[in-house]
Amino acid sequence: MAHAVVGYPSLEVNWQMLEAMEAANVDLVELQLPFSEPIADGPTFVKANQAALHSQTHWEHYFALMSRAARRFSFPILFMGYYNSVFRMGEETFCDRLSHAGARGFIVADLPPEEAVGLNGHGRARGLDPILLMTPTNSPSRLTEIAAQASGFVYCVARKGVTGKRTEISDGVESFLGRCRKATKLPLALGFGIKTEQDVRTIKGLADIAIVGTACLEAWERGGRSGYTEFLSTLSRGRS
Amino acid sequence: MYQDLFDFRQGREGYYGQFGGAYVPEILHETLAELRAAFDEARHDPKFWRQYVEVMSTYSCRPTPITYCDNLTRLLGGAKIFVKREDLNHTGAHKVNNVMGQGLLMRRMGKKRVIAETGAGQHGVATATMAARLGLDCRIYMGEDDIARQRPNVFWMEQLGAEVIAVTDGTRTLKDAINACLRDWVESMSNTHYALGTVCGPHPFPHMVMYFQSIIGREAREQMQKQTGKLPKRVYACVGGGSNASGIFAGFLEDSEVDLVGVEAGGLGISSGKHAARIAGGQGCPGVAQGYKTYFLQDKEGLMNDTHSVAAGLDYIGVGPILAHLHDRGRVRFESATDTEVVEALKLTIRSEGLIPALESSHAFAAACREAPQLSPDDAILINQSGRGDKDIFTVADALGDERWKEFIQGKAAAYESAARKRGTL
Repeated sequence: MAHAVVGYPSLEVNWQMLEAMEAANVDLVELQLPFSEPIADGPTFVKANQAALHSQTHWEHYFALMSRAARRFSFPILFMGYYNSVFRMGEETFCDRLSHAGARGFIVADLPPEEAVGLNGHGRARGLDPILLMTPTNSPSRLTEIAAQASGFVYCVARKGVTGKRTEISDGVESFLGRCRKATKLPLALGFGIKTEQDVRTIKGLADIAIVGTACLEAWERGGRSGYTEFLSTLSRGRS
Repeated sequence: MYQDLFDFRQGREGYYGQFGGAYVPEILHETLAELRAAFDEARHDPKFWRQYVEVMSTYSCRPTPITYCDNLTRLLGGAKIFVKREDLNHTGAHKVNNVMGQGLLMRRMGKKRVIAETGAGQHGVATATMAARLGLDCRIYMGEDDIARQRPNVFWMEQLGAEVIAVTDGTRTLKDAINACLRDWVESMSNTHYALGTVCGPHPFPHMVMYFQSIIGREAREQMQKQTGKLPKRVYACVGGGSNASGIFAGFLEDSEVDLVGVEAGGLGISSGKHAARIAGGQGCPGVAQGYKTYFLQDKEGLMNDTHSVAAGLDYIGVGPILAHLHDRGRVRFESATDTEVVEALKLTIRSEGLIPALESSHAFAAACREAPQLSPDDAILINQSGRGDKDIFTVADALGDERWKEFIQGKAAAYESAARKRGTL
């Protein structure tokens, strides 16, 4: 799964990123709605959120891009963002708009499962999968609670901390994924700090989906469109 | 009523009416559970409160006195004015109450590193002081803009052994420092405690900070009865996040005849949009950010607005969920005072009483001065002087537009420059 912050560096560049994702056979894409207080994000995405807001990226731009992408590309698209955006929009309106735009699910980074019951219900009623996060600090009983709310797949957070910083794929990650497997039959996606072809290769067999977010954006910032395309195809090689 | 606030219904733990909660990334779930457990155990242990009071009476200056302001009362010609002197605490404000309490809790949890956000720098200085006293590693996050405005506090934090990190995200102020702490904590929680400085953030922080700050109100109620033979008619406190207000109001919540007045930053005036009057200004609306639900100053897509106040400690987008709830229940009335009114109230208080309230606390004075003349001389009102203003000398001198101070600073700067030139570094 790949990721883009909508509005950063621009809506036009977002589109080019999506084209590159399609070309690299990316299996899933999360589109982040920028927010002023992104507490789960590291420096790269914090900067991207701010810049996107600074260039006046509003809800209408977000949903317009999502609709266009859902019509044009074959990969499923997920919403990613923070709860205040959902809360201000209204949970039902939010789900309506996502479903009209052709999204398949949503990830809300600061919404704990016990607060998400209503939203998840509204989502499921519209065919949207609520994607929940499991983390290495969760107890087995908490993992079971999370599993009870999850649909589609589970987003497994590879380590403590915010997005972006490199993760060593160690024995700790393997045993964490083992605990997740025990809690749910849904596919497991592993994210946070996955950056290289080798990372993707290493987690093959441990998890079902590799999530690469910050590293994609860094590839664009380093090498522009060609650097980005090249990076995605390298990651793709790690899958096979 | 104080206790009722914390009798949570099952499944609504940490909620005060519609406000509060714990909206944090899942990685923090177990950390907050650990903190809740440690706090619950401590507050049910009668020895813990006694130990806290003991620390505050030997290390800070508790109980802080209540001062009757005879001159101010005569000048305004209405209710008798009393002031709770939180400015006499060690480090110069009520912030130390919360911080020492959380320090004692950290000992029980066995954590060795503390992080904290700070806006004006008061909470940062208090936390650095506690860390020095208890032998903890300490890191303070402070917005880059606030560092530029509050160098003296940064100086003291560093002298106290804390590492001060400049936050360069967002508006580079208090809210961004809170975000930076949350980002540190999601990685460091196994050995680190986040000593949040106010009654905001995810559960259990609002409850815990109000619990420690309630020492102000508990003392004040008893002192007013002793000194005046009755309860005050009104109690005034400034509200940024709301910790000093929550603390003093805690002592009077059950006394329905006592009006509780929270005073927010009116900045350049509500209509200017440059203020931090979330409730009194009528422009805040419910939202979820920084781990909790409350009234935030935000736009229609939920993005946080810029705020403004002459008092850095009140310049904040949200307000404690307990206070938001007490407002909805009609138990706390919210007012605002503009920067201009605040500076006038500060000048009046300095000249007539020799008290130097912090710019934050001066908001409470401004509202009290506005209302006192309408009350009878038989009534007593109580103002919480949450901090002292002499620590704010740079800001206060600017706010008062003192020319001789400006000359002094220019002279100092010139002397540094010429010394540097002589050493050949310029």
